[in-house]
Formats: sequence, structure tokens, C-alpha cells
Amino acid sequence: MSNEAVLHSHDVHSHDDHHGHHHHESFISKYVFSQDHKMIAKQFLITGMVWAILGGLMSVLFRFQLGYPDAEFTWMKDLLGKWVNDKGQITAESYYSLVTIHGTVLVFFVLTAGLSGTFANLLIPLQVGARDMASPFLNMLSYWFFLAASLVMLSSLFVETGPFSGGWTAYPPLSALASAQPGSGTGMDLWLIAMALFVVSSLLGGLNYIATILNMRTKGMSMTRMPLTIWALFFTAILGVLSFPVLLSGFILLIFDRNYGTSFYLSDIFITANNVGALPNEGGNAILYQHLFWFLGHPEVYIIILPAMGMVSEVLSVNSRKPIFGYMAMVGSLFAITILAFLVWAHHMFVTGLNPFLGAFFVLLTLLIAVPSAIKVFNWLTTIWRGSIRFTPAMLFAIGFVSLFISGGLTGIWLGNSALDIHLHDTYFVVAHFHIVMGVAGIFGMFCGIYHWYPKMYGRYLNNTLGYIHFWVTLAGAYLIFWPMHYSGLAGMPRRYYDYAQWESFKQFGDLNKFITIVAMIVFAVQLLFLFNFFYSIWKGRKVRSQNPWGATTLEWTTPINPGHGNWPGEIPEVHRWAYDYGKDGQEFIPQTTPVGSNETNHH
Amino acid sequence: MFFVIAVIVLIFVVIFQIAKASEYVSILKGEEVSRRQNNRINGFLMIAFLVLGLIGVWYCNELYYDKTLLPYRSAIVEGELVDQMLWWTLIITGVVFILTQILLFWFAFKYQESDNRKAVFFPHNTKLEIIWTVIPAIFLTVLVVIGLRNWFKFTGDAPDNALRIEVTGKQFSWMFRYPGKDGEFGKKYFRLIDPAGGNQLGQIWRDTTIQVKNSRGGSREMTFKADTSNYNDIFSPQIMYVPKGKPVKLIINAMDVVHNVGLPHFRLKMDAVPGTPTTLWFTPQATTAEMRERTGNPNFNYEIACDQMCGNGHYTMKGTVVVVEENEFKIWLAMQKPAYYTAFPDLDPTKKTVNDTTAKPAAGQTVALKP
Repeated sequence: MSNEAVLHSHDVHSHDDHHGHHHHESFISKYVFSQDHKMIAKQFLITGMVWAILGGLMSVLFRFQLGYPDAEFTWMKDLLGKWVNDKGQITAESYYSLVTIHGTVLVFFVLTAGLSGTFANLLIPLQVGARDMASPFLNMLSYWFFLAASLVMLSSLFVETGPFSGGWTAYPPLSALASAQPGSGTGMDLWLIAMALFVVSSLLGGLNYIATILNMRTKGMSMTRMPLTIWALFFTAILGVLSFPVLLSGFILLIFDRNYGTSFYLSDIFITANNVGALPNEGGNAILYQHLFWFLGHPEVYIIILPAMGMVSEVLSVNSRKPIFGYMAMVGSLFAITILAFLVWAHHMFVTGLNPFLGAFFVLLTLLIAVPSAIKVFNWLTTIWRGSIRFTPAMLFAIGFVSLFISGGLTGIWLGNSALDIHLHDTYFVVAHFHIVMGVAGIFGMFCGIYHWYPKMYGRYLNNTLGYIHFWVTLAGAYLIFWPMHYSGLAGMPRRYYDYAQWESFKQFGDLNKFITIVAMIVFAVQLLFLFNFFYSIWKGRKVRSQNPWGATTLEWTTPINPGHGNWPGEIPEVHRWAYDYGKDGQEFIPQTTPVGSNETNHH
Repeated sequence: MFFVIAVIVLIFVVIFQIAKASEYVSILKGEEVSRRQNNRINGFLMIAFLVLGLIGVWYCNELYYDKTLLPYRSAIVEGELVDQMLWWTLIITGVVFILTQILLFWFAFKYQESDNRKAVFFPHNTKLEIIWTVIPAIFLTVLVVIGLRNWFKFTGDAPDNALRIEVTGKQFSWMFRYPGKDGEFGKKYFRLIDPAGGNQLGQIWRDTTIQVKNSRGGSREMTFKADTSNYNDIFSPQIMYVPKGKPVKLIINAMDVVHNVGLPHFRLKMDAVPGTPTTLWFTPQATTAEMRERTGNPNFNYEIACDQMCGNGHYTMKGTVVVVEENEFKIWLAMQKPAYYTAFPDLDPTKKTVNDTTAKPAAGQTVALKP
């Protein structure tokens, strides 16, 4: 059945009675144990948003400490209890817990589950033309494992000895020995259980995404006709499926070291605190864990950034009313990044005593990633060049993403070079680098996706004005927070310090730390504004009245405004062209479902 | 507190009401008109953000450049290579940064939707794509070549005449050991560490037999033979003295968890890993006194900052490197009493002549060596 037939055989506006076409759904099967990929996407998104707010709040709290180390916020004692000392300051122990959990949840729960969990689920079936995922049941399990991981992680905040506090990378021996840090006791057990559950969730999701993309594309949807979002989510899933198991194996060895007396990572340890003395472990190697961790840890940053890149490519093209420039080069560079992502992990370990000759290869391969990244940036720039740009909030976040990706990506050229990393490693320069290129850029990709596909998710629009305020304050705030950190990094200021007062080399940045804290609070407040916009608009937002509000070519906009489970009420449409025929032959846009006309120019 | 919350909530409500009103207005005006209006506003903000942003970049540099290490020459000879590399990288990435950000925001402003212009169908251009694959590749090759040349210099073998110092990190302090007159470090073993008995590093001082428990509750015997080259090893907590102009090689250990010997003024750092020694070498070229003069800060010290998360006291894990002229260093070294004789004063052949406090070089003594 052609798209036209699909369009006209159903009343696209009557969404209210639309669910009735399908099997009866109770509240439980529709909203809780749902197997509809769109509902699972929303579950991932909202759980991710809860974590984003918690993780963001944690950063505001530890920024309090950094900005105002001497202030006495006694009211915090009422809120946080033993996390705050009697003078009204966050204790060192809770500071490190906040930093650790902030890092863990933002990297894994927000920017992995919240980002690719949401958009892979929402977009893959809709954009490749499938009724649902290859296995809706495993897909549902993927969410429930994620929720279980979330609950276990959340529970670790409330244990007596505090949550894990050894940094999100959890390097042993610190993470293995409760005698070295109280947070490495029960808190770390819960952290490991939560992370193991998370890996299961991520694998179930990833296998599903790959199977769906490879096997369930609609008629005519060849791989090279797929929108770049799908390519990006495809490579993301491959990265996750191949690297998360390695992380899990690293965790399992750590669990053995912690609980069963093995010495995979432990050797020659003497703990002074509490007269613990020499430990029985001998022969292990602490660096082994770092290899296993970063074998996921580095692909992980591409797991975060690739979906953002895919969505940004799509949104830039739609809102410039122009095809994405260099589609094949974009796919090729995603592929190159995916391959290289597996071959650069040791650039996190240049100063661990790694064999310098081995290090040299990691320098070469790391800087090589700059080439596909440069191609992507120049292609995005050429995409908006001579376009006809509509500044929807999604488009703004896409442009913001490109700006941040440039800024943060370029400092990667500094840190990827071992001869500079030996100076800048673990300073605020690194904090600035990865927050801009992975943290904020990843979040911008997520916002870009939320604003763009919100009409598809809820049949309503987000409020535009709030979207504009959200974007401009967040963009300016992100630069104000992280740009000056390059300078404290160039002074050698180490990250993960609770207080700099006793350091002659670093205490000159007290005022800067105050400034950053104030901006961080404002930016956090604006995220609450977004949160309000999000939930308010679900029920009260302006209703979507046209099936294809952005004038896009892709398949998700051929579904009804509020698609039921199964997405298309009739047959799945057939695809006749690639996803980027904007402005071709004088036509505004040509949907993928339109057959190629006899007098149409051929651009390939 | 409640007042602050009330004000914030009020601001939120006002913003929300404005946002809601503007949405009604845009519906009244029609989608086309309001889209154009939004385009104009955001297009202007794009160019405003670019201009203000670039001014901000300049202003930030004005404010903070002097607080970084950039204005001061590296305190070691090898660190000059880091600075040189840093400047090359800064120039290349800086030019790319400014060009691409200008293009991005300027394109966004210039190519906003307009009645006079239609979007150009421009799906690909092989020549352009080859250009911006090859040019970055060339610049990156240059950076890789310079970087690796420096990297192999930093991580290569230290010169033969290097002074060897053993560094040990523990929660949350640093310990240093000098090999003494024989130039050899005596053997040590972690189970022999005995802080109360003055054996901080577990040096094998005497013939010893210990019972070693394994994790299953069993135990075995271990026998050690005294290593006499331990007798003259010098132990120095927290402060590391090094001579200017002479290569120094650090042999780095950790006692409990992973630490990192971070030397910001030297532009170097290296992890301290329990069970796996690492090394680092450098040639100091400015004494502490010279750096105090150069920075104008009488309290200046070369600080060793732990750069690897090591527990709740991580931020307090500070050591000090004191760079002195070579003759001063010789005097200092001669004044030190080996740790062995501090622990066993009865065995010390020179005990009548040496002041007992020398075993622990206190702050007062540090000052005595300053000009």
C-alpha cells in the first residue's frame, strides 16, 4: 500500500479513539509492563530525566563546597543529615560520594540509558518502518533491568557507610578495600550490583536494536536509505554489545577480589588506617582493571555521542530544508569512529606506567579519530550553508551541539597526545574537555531529540518560548562553567579535590570557583524550567494538528499523530528514496514514501 | 532561605506566564508569522552569541592567563618540550576553533529562512570532502610526530648519572628514600612495614622470619636475610630534596591504593601503583628560591599533588619538592641520618656527634637551606 493510501484510509486527526483499533490494553499493560517500543522509550526517558535531576542536584551540592568552602549552610544539615558536618559544610566523604554518583549516573543512567535507550526505542521501528522491536519482550526487560539498576543505585545513597565514593571509574585497590575508604564497603557492593544489572539492560537493548535494524526494515529501506539517526544508533548498539561484556568481566574479577580472597587486582598492600596492616594478596595487577574498564570506558563516550550526532544530523537537515551534506561520508565517519573507538582505550592510561612504545600507538590512533570528527563538523557546517534555516528549539540545540562538539573535540587533540597528557592528565583541563564534548554535547543531543520528536511522543508541542530560554541560558551557562576550567587545568589544578585552601599552587582560583558555582545553580534552575515544560506540555501543550509538523521526509511522520501499538494502522509504507530529499527539483521536500518520478534528477 | 525559594518560584511563574501568553499570541498571528519572528530573534541571538562569546574568550584569557603556569618557564629542562608542544597545539586548535565557530554561527544567522532565497540542493561534493579529510590529517600528523618525539624523550631511560630517589605514596602522604653512600637501595618487603618501629617502607634490616596468613586461614613461614645496603638508606617524609642541574630519576611505589605523583611546575606526572613500580625522570633548572623570586610569591613551593583519586583525604595528599643548588644538596644529604640508625640508635657508630632530629627533616631545617 502506498503512503497516499495509508494517509487517506484513516482519519489522522481522530487520535482519541485510535487506541481502540488495537487489542484491549489495561493500565498495567499500556503504561507499566508495556511492550510498545514507544512507551518503553518514554519510560527510559522519564527515568533518565529523574536521574538527570538527581545527578545535576548532586553537582550543585558539591559545587557549593567548591565555591564556598568556608560558608556555613546550616540549613543543609536539616536536608542532608550526616552528609553535612555541624558547621554546615558537606563532609569530604560525602563530597566524594556526590562526585562519584554524579559521574556514574550521568554517564550510564542519563547519557546511555536516557539517551540511546529513549531514542533507539522510539526511532528505530518508526524510522525503518517496523511495527515494533525484534523482541518487544526483551525490550521490556531491558527497561526493567535498567529500573532495577536505578533502584539499587538509589538505595546505595542510604546505607550507613555511604554510597561508593572512589570516583566513577572505580579503580581498585581503592574500590576493592573497605578499609581504604568507607564508601568501598556496602556502598560499593550495591554500586557493582547496580552496574551489573545495567550492563544486562544495555545488552538486551543493544541486541534488539541491531536485530531490528538488520532484519525489520520495510520494503525499499535499504541500508543506504536509512536516516543517519538509525546509522548512529546501529553503531552505538554494536559498540555497547561488544564492550559492555568486557566491563562486566572486569567487575566480576573485582567482586572476586572484594569477597572471595582472590588477587586479580591486588598486590603488596599495607593499609595504615585502623592498624589494618599488610593484606594477604600478592601477585595481582591494579592496572589490569583499568584496561578492562577503559575497554568499555572509551567506547562508552561514543555510545553517548553517536546517537546525539545522528539526531543532530537529522535535525540540521530538516530545519535547514537541505539534504545532509555528504551522507556517505557521514556514514563512513560514524563507521570509522566505531572501529577506532575500540583501539584507543589506553589513552586514559598514559601515566599509569604503560609501556611507552604501546602508548605511542594509542596516541596515533587517538589523534586519528580527529579526522572522521572533522569530516562530520565540516559536513554539518556545509549542511546549514545556503540552507533556509528554521530556528525551532530542536534546531537551536543541534547548532549548540555542533559548537560544543568543536570546542570539546579540539581539546581532545591536546589530551590524546601523551606528551601533553603527561602534564594535563587528571586536571581541570580534562574536566572541561569531557564535560563539554561528552556531557553537555550529549545532553544537547538529547534535548535536540526531545524537542524534535516530542510531537511524535505525546501529540503535543513543547512551549517554544520556554524552549528558547532553556537553550540560550544552557548554552551560555555551559560555556561559562566549563571554558574557564581550561585555565585552572593549565595551572595543573587536580580534579576531585574537596578543598584547595592548603595548596599554594591552586588556591588562586577561589573566585573562579564561586563564579562557576553560581552559574551552575542558574543552569540547574533552567533545567527545572525545561522539566516543567515537559510535564506541563504532556497534558496542556498545544496540540499537534498536522501529521508532519516539521515537513520531514522520514517514516515516523507518516504514522498517525498518536500512533497506537503497531505504529501504522494499515500496511507499513514502502520506501522509494533516501531520507534527505529536501529542496530537490524545486520541491520543498519529498517524503521517503514518494516513488521516484520519471523526470526527477538523479543526484547519486 | 524561604524568601529565596519564594523569589525563585515567583520568577518561574512569571517566565511561565510570559511563555504561555507568547504561545497564544503566536497562535493568533498564525504559524508562518510567528515562525518568522522567532527566526529573526534567534538569528540575531546567534550573531550576538558569537560576538559576545569571542569577547568572553578574550576576557577570560585576560583574567586567568597569569594564574596558570603558562607565563612561567618550566622548572625542569624536559618540561620546555611540553610547553613548546602545548603552544603548537594551541595555535592549530585555536585557529580551527575560531574559524569553525565563526562559520557555524554566521551561517546560522545568514541562512535563516527568507523569502528571497531558497535552500540549495547540495547533497555532496567529493572534492570538498577530500580536502577536509586530508588537511586535518596533515596537521594531526605533525602533532603526532612532535608529540611522540617528546614522549619517547620523557619516557626513555634516564641518564646514567641520574640521582635515584624512591617515592612511596600512601594514604595520604608521601615518603622518599635516598640510596645512601653505597648508591644502592636495600631490599624491602611490604609485610615488614612497621610504622611504630620506624620501618615505614618495610626495609629488610635484620634476619627475620614471619608467619604469613593466607585468605583461607592457613599460614606459611617466610624467611628474610638482612640486606646491608639498607643500613645507609636515607628516609625523608613529605619533603624531597633535589639538586638543580642534575638529572633525577624517581622510582615510584604505592603502599595501599593507586596514587599519582603530580608535579605541575615540572609538567609531569606518573601513577604510583601498589605492586608495580613506575619511573619518571627530569632535570631541575630552577631552584625553589629562584621560583619564589620569579613568581613574586614568598610562600611558593614545588608541590606534589596526588592526581589519582585515593580516598577521602585525597585533597590533602601533598608533598614538597625542594630544588636547591648542588652544593646545598650535598650538605643536606650529609646531615641526614639513615633510617636504620634512627630505629636502632644503639647500633649507630656516629650517635654521639649527630643531632637526633636530623632523621626527620622538619620545616625549620628546610628554611635553613634557603638563601
